[in-house]
This record gives sequence, C-alpha cells and structure tokens, in this order.
Amino acid sequence: MKEILIALWNVVIMMPQGFYVTFKHLFRKPVTLDYPRKKNAMSPRYRGRHYLERYDDGTERCVCCGLCAAACPADAIYMEPEEAPGGERRARIYEINMLRCIFCGYCEEACPEEAIFLGQEYEFSDFTRNAFIWTKEQLLVTYPRKENPLKRLYRRVRKVYGITDRAA
Amino acid sequence: MLDIIIESGIKVALLIVVLLTACAYATWFERKIVAYMQHRIGPSYAGPFGLLQPLADGIKLAFKEDIVPDNVERVTYALAPVVSFVPAILTWAVIPLGPTVDIFGHQVTLALSDLNIGILYVFAITSLGVYGIVLAGWSSGSKYSLLGGIRSSAQMISYEVSYGLTIIGVILLANTLSLQELVAQQSSVLDWFVFRQPLGFILFVVCGIAETNRAPFDLAEAESELCAGFHTEYSSMRFSMFFIGEYANMFAVASVGTTLFFGGWQGPFVTTMPLIGLLWFALKVVAFMFFYIWLRATLPRFRYDQLMNFGWKVLLPLALVNIMVTAAIVML
Repeated sequence: MKEILIALWNVVIMMPQGFYVTFKHLFRKPVTLDYPRKKNAMSPRYRGRHYLERYDDGTERCVCCGLCAAACPADAIYMEPEEAPGGERRARIYEINMLRCIFCGYCEEACPEEAIFLGQEYEFSDFTRNAFIWTKEQLLVTYPRKENPLKRLYRRVRKVYGITDRAA
Repeated sequence: MLDIIIESGIKVALLIVVLLTACAYATWFERKIVAYMQHRIGPSYAGPFGLLQPLADGIKLAFKEDIVPDNVERVTYALAPVVSFVPAILTWAVIPLGPTVDIFGHQVTLALSDLNIGILYVFAITSLGVYGIVLAGWSSGSKYSLLGGIRSSAQMISYEVSYGLTIIGVILLANTLSLQELVAQQSSVLDWFVFRQPLGFILFVVCGIAETNRAPFDLAEAESELCAGFHTEYSSMRFSMFFIGEYANMFAVASVGTTLFFGGWQGPFVTTMPLIGLLWFALKVVAFMFFYIWLRATLPRFRYDQLMNFGWKVLLPLALVNIMVTAAIVML
C-alpha cells in the first residue's frame, strides 16, 4: 500500500515537475555552437597565428633584424636577410615552425618595427609536418587587405602613446 | 477476389515504406528533441536541419562489416534480429489508420484488416518482439548480452501482465475487441477513453514504455552498465534491424495508445473529409512519440530492484483495482 501511494505521488505530483523542467529547456537557446560553420569571437588579447605586418603603402615592416628569433623561447623562427629594390633590408626567408611555436607572444614584444603580431586564428591542422613550417608568403598579410580589427587596436594604442608611423 | 489482393498489396507496400521511413525519421526527431532539451543543436550537417541524417546513418550501417563473433549460436544469432523486427511491423496489420475513403470509386478502408479480435492480436504480436531480445542476449556468447537478455525476460514477465490488464478496463467499457469499433466509439473528445480510464491510461503508458525497452526502463540495453546489452555483439544490418524494430515497436505502442485512448483517427472534419483522418492519426502518434522522447530526456534509468518492485507491487495491484472499479461501474 505504501509503495503504491509513493508511486502515485511520484507519477502524479513529482514527475510533472521534472517534465516541466525539460520542456522549459526545449525552448532555450543552445549553448553549443555549430562549430566549424560558426565560431566564437576570440578575446582581442588572444594569441593565435602570426601575421607579418605591412606599411600602408604595402612594403614589409620586417627588416630581418633577428630579435624575434632571439626572443623566441621555442626557437621556432628562422630568417635570412636580403636587399630590397629600394636598398632597404628585408627578409628573404622568414619561417615560423608552427609545431614548435608556443604562442607566447615574445616575438611580438621584441619586434622594434611592430612587424610581427599574433592574430586570432587558432586552427592549424594539416597532413604533414612540413606543412607546419609557414613561409613569409603565408605569414605576410595580404595587400591590399581588409581592415584588421587588431591593427585598428594597434593604431589606437600608438596614438595614445604618441608613436608615429615611419612611412607616414 | 483479385481486386482485394491488389488493394491489400498496395496497402501493405505503402504501409511498410511509410513505416520504415517513419522509423528512420523518428531517430532524427529523437536526436533533435533530446539535443534541444540539453541545450545542444543535434544533427545539422546532412541536409537542411540534418534531415538527411537518417539516410546517411542507414547507408553507413548497410556498408559496415557484418561481424559474427566466434562463440555465438549461429542460427539463433542470425534469427534474433528478425524475430525482434518482424513482429514490430506485423502489429500494424490491424491498426486503423483512417476511416473508409472513396479512392477512384473504390471503397477503401484505411487499415490492412479489421480483425474482430484486433486488440488481442496486437498484444499477442508485440509480446513476441521480446523473444528477439532474449534470444539475442542468449546466443551472443557475451556476458553483457546475456545479462541484457535475462533482464529483458524478467522485465517482460513483470510488465506483460499489467500491460494486458490495463486494456481490460477499456474493453469492459467499449464491449468490443475490434480496433475499428473502439475508434468509432470515441467520436467526440469527451468520449475518449483517456478521460474515462485515466488510471488505465497512466498504467498503459508505463507498461508500454517498459514493453518497448525505452528509457527509463531500458535495462536490457543500459549503455552505461551493459555496454548496449543484448545487441553488444551485433553490427551492420543486424544491428540496424534491432534498431528499426525498437522504433517500430515504439510506433506500434504509440498507435495502439492513440487508438485505445485518444480516439484514433477521429478529429474535426473527418465526417466531411475522410482522408483527413490519416492526418489526425499521424499527429496523435507523433505527440505520443514526443512524449516517449521527452520521457527519455527527463528521467534516469530505474535500478533493477526498483523496476521489479514497481512492476509487481505497484503496477499489478493498480491494474487489478482499475479493472474492479471499472467492472463495478459497468455492472451498475
């Protein structure tokens, strides 16, 4: 008798409450993301893949000084210099091994030309180990390019600290 | 004679095609509903809203390797999926899907047959499906499968009795065993047996869920304890036959519940436009299926002793009380 009463109580009074909870949640917005098709916005301070920055006229900022390679704790950066047509120094080879890189951002801090910075992208899958050695062409931002929100942030910071662009 | 054969043939073919498609899409429906109840998105890649997911799953299963472990009882092992699959389909032979309609001057009844003991047939056939599970568990030669099969047989014994008893209340009130007749008696919403047999309805739902081995009574396949239980050793099409069988059984119980308690194909405009009865029937069955899935998303699995206690100490006495009260009311 006691069992029957408890069961009836559970079925008639308690279970509808549980059903109400699950039914309520049916109409809530899903917390998961349709991932590869939709992505969460990363924090502006997120350190993802590297970009080699350009001046506004399209010339490379990097002068191949080697400070980023020296600062790199993972020894992921390799570079060789050459002379650009205007007589300026630039990188002939600039490679970052994305398998070695630990995305610490020291290269970004060491760079005197503000040439290298870490972007927002974080997906690095590929089929061979060699494919992870990114060359200068892969790292350089395209020119002309879409306005990068990160660069806008850089400009604002430079303006605040009174840093002037060399080419401007 | 010939036109009856042709008519039945067309009806059988249509029914099987529609039923198998419905089973496939029930998996999609279930995954979507459970996903949204858990704040997920669910299948969304194959086709719009993941609508082609059942098709993709079916193709994948069909092309998988059919693995037969060494120490199985080969004949029984091969037979078990069929035994669980066929009765689930057979149930639909007597379910009234709609009223008699006029198609190209033909009077066609939207049911395969109107057996005068239709409800007995349904209950006899649905009980057979359990043998597939028991045989699969026994013949697999795996401890998990064996435990699943034993659980399933014990569960069947406990719940089959109450399941049979719950419908006696309805039969007492309706004074018939024919499903068409039962539907005809529920022409208005107030005549639905769910209002005349509320306790019987609750008991029917509980037993029906236990009968089809669905959560929270899915002890036979309990993923977390028995790693899929009776179908642990099955793969490829044999597995998918268990799968389709389970969903076809759900549909069978849902349609029997609809017929017994929710007036079958009865609904507005049925008298003027008989074909719309199909729609009402489908809607009611889908609502029933939604409840199944809702239940799965809400309640955790029973422990085994709880299941037994519930079956013998609660369901059976309540079913007997229900019969006695109904009989007394009918007598008076």
